[in-house]
Amino acid sequence: MSDDTLTESRPVPEKIDDVVIRFAGDSGDGMQLVGTQFTSSSALFGNDLATLPDFPAEIRAPQGTIGGVSSFQVHIADWDILTPGDRPDCLVAMNPAALKANIDDVVPGGLILINSDAFDERNLAKAGYEDNPLENGALENFKVLSAPMEDLTKEAVKDSGVKGRATLRSKNFFALGLMSWIYTRSIDPVIEWSNGKFGEDTPVGTANVMALKAGYNYGITTEAFHHTFEIDPAPLPAGEYTNVVGNVATAWGLMAAAEHAELALFLGSYPITPATTILEELARHRNFGVKTFQAEDEIAGVGTALGASFAGSLAVTTTSGPGLALKSETLSLALIMELPLVLVDVQRGGPSTGLPTKVEQSDLMFAMYGRHGESPLPIVSTSAPSDAFDAAFEAARIAIKYMTPVILLTDGYIATSSEPWKLPDLKELPDISKGYATHEGDEAFLPYQRDEDTLSRPWAIPGQPGMEHRLGGLEKDATSGNVSYVPQNHEDMTFTRQEKIARIANDIPEVEIHGGGGEILVLGWGSTFGAIRTAVNRVQKAGHSVDHAHLRHINPFPKNLEEVLGSYDTILVPEINLGQLSKLIRAEFGTESIGYNRVMGIPMRARDIEFKILEVLEGGAS
Amino acid sequence: MTTEKTRYDRSDFQTDQEVRWCPGCGDYTILAAVQSYLASLDIDREKHVFVSGIGCSSRFPYYMNTYGMHTVHGRAPAIASGVATANPDLTVWVITGDGDGLSIGGNHLIHALRRNVNLNIILFNNQIYGLTKGQFSPTSELGKKTKTSPMGSIDRPFNPVSLALGSEASFVARTIDMDRNHTIKMLSAMYEHDGSGLLEIYQNCNVFNDKAFLDLTDKGTRDGNRIWLEDGEPIIFGADDEYGVTFDGQGAKVVEVAGVGRHNIHVHDAANPNPSVAFALSRLAHGPYGPTPLGVFRNVPVPSYGRMLEQHIAQAKDKQGPGDLSKVIRSRGTWTVE
Repeated sequence: MSDDTLTESRPVPEKIDDVVIRFAGDSGDGMQLVGTQFTSSSALFGNDLATLPDFPAEIRAPQGTIGGVSSFQVHIADWDILTPGDRPDCLVAMNPAALKANIDDVVPGGLILINSDAFDERNLAKAGYEDNPLENGALENFKVLSAPMEDLTKEAVKDSGVKGRATLRSKNFFALGLMSWIYTRSIDPVIEWSNGKFGEDTPVGTANVMALKAGYNYGITTEAFHHTFEIDPAPLPAGEYTNVVGNVATAWGLMAAAEHAELALFLGSYPITPATTILEELARHRNFGVKTFQAEDEIAGVGTALGASFAGSLAVTTTSGPGLALKSETLSLALIMELPLVLVDVQRGGPSTGLPTKVEQSDLMFAMYGRHGESPLPIVSTSAPSDAFDAAFEAARIAIKYMTPVILLTDGYIATSSEPWKLPDLKELPDISKGYATHEGDEAFLPYQRDEDTLSRPWAIPGQPGMEHRLGGLEKDATSGNVSYVPQNHEDMTFTRQEKIARIANDIPEVEIHGGGGEILVLGWGSTFGAIRTAVNRVQKAGHSVDHAHLRHINPFPKNLEEVLGSYDTILVPEINLGQLSKLIRAEFGTESIGYNRVMGIPMRARDIEFKILEVLEGGAS
Repeated sequence: MTTEKTRYDRSDFQTDQEVRWCPGCGDYTILAAVQSYLASLDIDREKHVFVSGIGCSSRFPYYMNTYGMHTVHGRAPAIASGVATANPDLTVWVITGDGDGLSIGGNHLIHALRRNVNLNIILFNNQIYGLTKGQFSPTSELGKKTKTSPMGSIDRPFNPVSLALGSEASFVARTIDMDRNHTIKMLSAMYEHDGSGLLEIYQNCNVFNDKAFLDLTDKGTRDGNRIWLEDGEPIIFGADDEYGVTFDGQGAKVVEVAGVGRHNIHVHDAANPNPSVAFALSRLAHGPYGPTPLGVFRNVPVPSYGRMLEQHIAQAKDKQGPGDLSKVIRSRGTWTVE
C-alpha cells in the first residue's frame, strides 16, 4: 500500500484531537495483537497514546461468552495525554458477547464497528441476547457500521494457502485494515511486522497481509466508510521515543541499575500474573550476563535472590499479591541481614487469587507492615508505564546504598499498558555503585560497622579474603554481627534499623506541587497519576483552585510532605483500595483526608475523579 | 582425599563463637570432621560458603570460619542455590536436618537436587525435632512415641536417600557420625563431584532420641548391619564378609555369600546412569534398622546448573555481542520528535 494510493482515494478526513478506541472480541480472536499493532502504527506516526489491555484470567474461556471477551483499549491524541481514556469513542465488536460486555462504556453517539457474520442465533444466545441488537434498535444512540468480516476475509485469503476454518483466524487483520482506513493510519508498519513475525511467503503471513489489505480496501470502496478521521502527531518534547510497556520498562530499569552499579543482575522469580513478563524480558538478555532463575516457588524466588545478593549481585525478585505474602519471611531475613534486594510487587486485585489480571493498589499496607517483628523497609512506587524505568532504577539505588530490601510497587495496569517514553541518555544516569568492602590487617572485620551518615553497613562478599563472616536471622551484636541476646543490644539494633530507613528521607526529592495555593490538594501514588493529573488539569481549566501532589516514595515519605499536607484544609486521596495511603498519612502526621476509593479492577477514571473534586469543592463530600 | 600438608589446619576453620550444642551431640563429631576435611583441601578458605536453615544443626555456619548464612526454616537449598548460581567459583555447602530439609524445606531440597545446582548438601538425620525439644520428625519411625505423638506416630517416614534418588540427584551418599574417617571420605567424594550432592549423616541426638542408630554403632551388631558400598566392588559385609547383596526380579536383597557364590554378588556401580539400581539398594533398609547401606549410592557426571547458565551467557555473548542497553531500549521501534 503506497501513500499515493492512500491520498488519491481518500475523502478529506475529519480532524480530531483524540480518540479512544476499544477492540473487543473473543479471547481467541487476536484482539490484543490487533490493538498492539494499531498502537504501534500510531506511535510511529507520532501520536501520543496510552493503552489498556483487558483480558480474562482464563486462557480460553468458553467461546462466544461474556466471560471470554478480551479487549484492548488505546487512546491516541495530538496532545500530551496521560490515560488510556475513560470511555471509548469507538468500539470494535467482533461478536455479540464483545458488544454486550462493552456497549455500556461507549460514549453516546460513538462509533461501533461490527463483524455482522458473528451475529447469528447461536452467538446471540451465548451472549444472552434475546433479540439481535443490530435489528431491534438497541444501538440507535450510536453510529453503527457493520461488515461481514468473516465472509470477506475468507474470500480475501482464498489464494494464501490457508484452508478451511483456519482462514477465519485472519479476520482480526481485516478489522485492523478497516480501522486503519477509518483513522488514517498507514498499514505498512503492520505488513512489515507480519512479514517479520510470520514470514513473507508463509501461508499464515500471506493470509494476514491479504486480510489486512482487504479490510483497508473495503473502506476505500464502501461509501459507508467514507467518513474518516485524522489525528495529527502530538507536540511532545523533542527527543527520541519508543512505545513502552510497563513491565518491560521495569526490566530495563533494573538492567540500567545493574550497569550503573557495576553489578551483575540476578532475578529469582516464580511465574505469576501480571508480573511474569518482567522475568520473560530479563531472560532474553543473557548476553548482558543477566541471570534469571525460575524458582520452584515464590519463597525460593526471593530465597535465591537473597543468596545472590550475599554473593554480590544486584538481586531482584518479582511477584504479585499472593507471592508477596509468601516472600514475607525471607524479606525479614534480608532486612536483618541488611543485604540489598529489590522486590517488585505488580499489584493485582485481591485478597487471595482475587482478580489476577486486573489492577488494584491494595498491597500498600502489606508492603509497609506485612512482616513479623519491627521491620521497616523502603517503598518506591511507579506512576505510569513510562515511569517504570526510573522507578526501578531508584529502587535499586536505595537498596544498594542503604543495604536494605526495597519494595517497588507497580500494578496490573502499569504492567501491561504502554505509552510513549522519551528515551533517556543512559550515559547521564548516576553512578549508583557502592563497591564491595575491603579489609586489611589482622583485626577482625566488622560486618555491622556502619557509615555514620547513612547507617549503611559494608558489603563483603564470599571469595574475598580476610572478611569471612556469618550473617543470620538471629539478632546480632551491633558491630561484630555475632549472635547477641543482650537486651540493650536488641533495642539499639531495632532503633538503628528504623533510623536507617528514616534517614533515606534526606536522600530523596521533596514532593512537588502541581498548581500551588489551591483550596484542595489531591494526593496520589502509583498508577492513578494520569487520571488524577488529567482531572486536576480539567478543573483548573474550569477556574477552580485545585493542586495535585503524587508520591514516588512512600517509605520514608518526602521530608516536606508533612508541611505540604499541613498547608491545605482539604486533602482528597483517590486510591484503588479502601484508603490505605489515607491511613498512612493519618498515622504519620495526624492528617485527615477525604478518600475516593474504587476497587473495580479497572484503572481510576479521570472523569470520576473530576466529579469527586467538584463534589468536594461544593462541600458535598465527607 | 588429600593427604599432603596444606596451608591450613583445623583451627583455621574454627570461630571464636562458643559451640552450644548439648554435650555428647553427634553434631560435634561432624563439625570436627568438616573442619578437618576443609583444612586438608588446597582451596582458599574464603571460597567456602555454608548456608543453613533452622534447627540444631543449622547453627553450624556460626562455628565455621568461612562465609556463612544462617537463614530461615527450610529455605537453605534455595538461598544456597542463589549463592552458587551468582558465583560458580564458590564452594557452597548446605547444612540441614531431617525437619528442616525434609519437612518444611522438602520442596526446595528436591528441586535443588533435580536442578543439579552445585551444592554440597549435608543432611543431619537424627530422626527427631531437637531444637523444639523432642517431637517426631519426617524420618521418625512409625509408632514413635514423642510429646506430640503420645500414642505413637502415625506419620510414615521418608527414606532421605530414596527421596534424593527419586529426585534424580547426581550424587547421593550416607554415612554415620561415629565414623569420622568414613564421614571425611564421603565429604571428599561429594566435594569432588560437580553438581548437587546429598550426604545423609545418621546423627545421634543423645537428649531426645538417644541410641536411634544402635544397630549400626553397637559393637555387637554393627559389623552385621553396615553394608559398605564401594564403587566397583561386590557388596559384601559382615564380620567375616559372610553377607552380600544380590538382585532378583523384586529388587535388591541380602543373602549369605556362601549360599549364592561370590560371583553372584552385585558389583556396585555408583556411576550407573539408571538411578533405579541405587534406589533398590536404598530400599534394603527403611531407617537404620538391620542391615543398612552406607557409602556412595550414586555419583554420575551431569552438567551443573551454574555451568550450563554460564554456557548460555557465553553463547549469548557470542551470538548477540556484549549487551548494549541503548540498543535494547530502541529494539521495539523508535520515532523522533523534532
